[in-house]
Amino acid sequence: MFENLQDKLDRAFKVLKGQGSISEINVAETVKEIRKALLDADVNYKTAKTFTDEVREKALGQNVLTSVSPGQLLTKIMNDELASLMGGTVTELELKGNPTVILIAGLNGAGKTTFSGKLANYLKDKKNKKPLLVAGDVYRPAAVDQLQILGEQVGVPVYANLESKDPVAIAMEGIAEAKRNGNNVVIIDTAGRLAIDEALMNEISAVKVATQPQEILFVVDSMTGQDAVNTAKAFNDRLDYTGVVLTKLDGDTRGGAALSIKSVVNKPIKFIGTGEKMEALDVFYPDRMASRILGMGDVISLVERA
Amino acid sequence: EKTKEGFFAKISKAVVGKSTVDDAVLDELEEILVTSDVGVTTTLKIIERIEARVERDKYVNTSELNQILRDEIQALLAENNSDDFANFEYGKHKPYVIMVVGVNGVGKTTTIGKLAHKLKESGNKVVLGAADTFRAAAVDQIKVWGERVGVRVVAQPMGSDPASVAYDTLQSAVSNGEDVVIIDTAGRLHNKIALMNELTKIKNVMKKVIPDAPHEILLVLDASTGQNAIEQCKQFTEATDVNALALTKLDGTAKGGVVIGISDQFKIPVKYIGVGEKINDLQLFNKNEFVNSLFK
Ligand SMILES: Nc1nc2c(ncn2[C@@H]2O[C@H](COP(=O)(O)OP(=O)(O)OP(=O)(O)O)[C@@H](O)[C@H]2O)c(=O)[nH]1
Ligand SMILES: Nc1nc2c(ncn2[C@@H]2O[C@H](COP(=O)(O)OP(=O)(O)OP(=O)(O)O)[C@@H](O)[C@H]2O)c(=O)[nH]1
Ligand SMILES: [Mg+2]
Ligand SMILES: [Mg+2]
Repeated sequence: MFENLQDKLDRAFKVLKGQGSISEINVAETVKEIRKALLDADVNYKTAKTFTDEVREKALGQNVLTSVSPGQLLTKIMNDELASLMGGTVTELELKGNPTVILIAGLNGAGKTTFSGKLANYLKDKKNKKPLLVAGDVYRPAAVDQLQILGEQVGVPVYANLESKDPVAIAMEGIAEAKRNGNNVVIIDTAGRLAIDEALMNEISAVKVATQPQEILFVVDSMTGQDAVNTAKAFNDRLDYTGVVLTKLDGDTRGGAALSIKSVVNKPIKFIGTGEKMEALDVFYPDRMASRILGMGDVISLVERA
Repeated sequence: EKTKEGFFAKISKAVVGKSTVDDAVLDELEEILVTSDVGVTTTLKIIERIEARVERDKYVNTSELNQILRDEIQALLAENNSDDFANFEYGKHKPYVIMVVGVNGVGKTTTIGKLAHKLKESGNKVVLGAADTFRAAAVDQIKVWGERVGVRVVAQPMGSDPASVAYDTLQSAVSNGEDVVIIDTAGRLHNKIALMNELTKIKNVMKKVIPDAPHEILLVLDASTGQNAIEQCKQFTEATDVNALALTKLDGTAKGGVVIGISDQFKIPVKYIGVGEKINDLQLFNKNEFVNSLFK
């Protein structure tokens, strides 16, 4: 990608190093390449278009003072803009209230239950909390067993009620149980659902209304493609969530969905999942994600050094 | 529905009486394809083919263009590929062995449950092998499916060697005279070499029981996955010679367009689609319907 871009630029213009400024003409090719890179990384079509147009506008006329070409400078500007759009700094959880209630939501198979276990582990080990996990998925075969096994692995109790098929009731029972046992954080796992499934979206809205969570985390698979914007928006419209969790980043996906989601709902990404084990959880660093999406680490470090 | 009308209405305005397809139409088409996860490269390929055809045929009207569009996309799904599968019957192998692979959470276990149901309905004796011994409660999950469908599940405790579960399952299927064996495997990301090697081992062990098994290696892809699905296909094919695809979660808003590029590049047919979490929510893939759904 980098060489490709470089070749094209070198052939197209004989830019004198350290001279000139960014113009429509001398970055046209770069803009096209960056847009393609974003689409290849699964950034949403409209997001990629708006983003590259805006950044190009902003960059026009900027002087190329150092030993780089206009194309390289633009790539660096894109990267910085991307990083700031991704959120600038690390955003922590708000652990207010006693107990703090955290509701977990997302599509089928995104990694909610695994994340619930990881979060319980993190809050217990790193934040000195006493969490309780609540098994609010009453549909998926063995969903409760799965959460119970994870709870056991991380040494956090799990509230479940196999008699009940009512996630609202189970969540409320879980909170009552936490109060009885002195658990200061309650993490409610829920079933995977499609954003267009009215009945299930009503159900999770009802869980929110009943439990008044301080944090609602939308868990999304980092391999998600163009549909990420629709889903992220639909869940946000219903739940007004407080943060996003990107899972399965231990894969080789570029993770452009992160940018699409950020630009469509403007909620902070708070955690990333980096493996199946309970320790494989990390806080989210916006700048790292920007370079990953653009996939042009070489250009960026070149410009930084210049 | 709105987009569909919008697109075809724009086509008529832009095309009537012209001998070239206008840029506005091609831009619109590009947007539809890219937002369906078809990918930039494959989208450009489709657009080039349409342009070439329009140039060759000189004059196109609206309905011809609609047809050309469908033809060219279907051609990408069909070239060097087999026809759509007509039914859930597999003919001469007994037992017919299906090994199911894919990255985490795509719907492997659920697809197995649904497929077992279809196969049983069409008169087969089916047995499932619980070779995901890794993910929490994976064995419990497939056992629930086994009960739901009313088929036998061969399992060992969590943490057992998955290859040994696969071996056991095949052996007992042979001695029980069962018609179809479906082996579940743990989800794994395709960039983890050790886990991919494990998959190759599971596959090879089956040959000790039935030399030409597994007959079907089914890679399950989540319709909401973007361009990463191409790499998944590549790596799983290298490890296990994937020869069929299942595309799940098509009941959502994701279009699954990435399979167009995949079937073009890898010549692996899409065989099944998943359209829900329930036992009946599995269908055979139909190219025509799939292409139509991209414009819905
Ligand atoms: N490699 C990797 N796998 C993950 C990660 N997070 C979750 N998984 C795996 O993804 C699969 C699905 O995870 P679950 O936690 O069951 O997903 P879920 O969202 O609860 O699924 P449903 O409840 O069925 O909607 C499992 O195989 C997990 O082990 C991650 O960060 N990396
Ligand atoms: N809406 C919908 N959900 C599906 C479909 N297929 C599977 N699911 C759901 O997706 C989630 C994950 O399915 P699993 O069958 O556990 O996926 P898996 O690939 O076996 O997951 P791992 O074994 O953890 O890698 C569950 O919530 C399923 O109910 C489908 O076609 N449509
Ligand atoms: Mg779950
Ligand atoms: Mg499974």
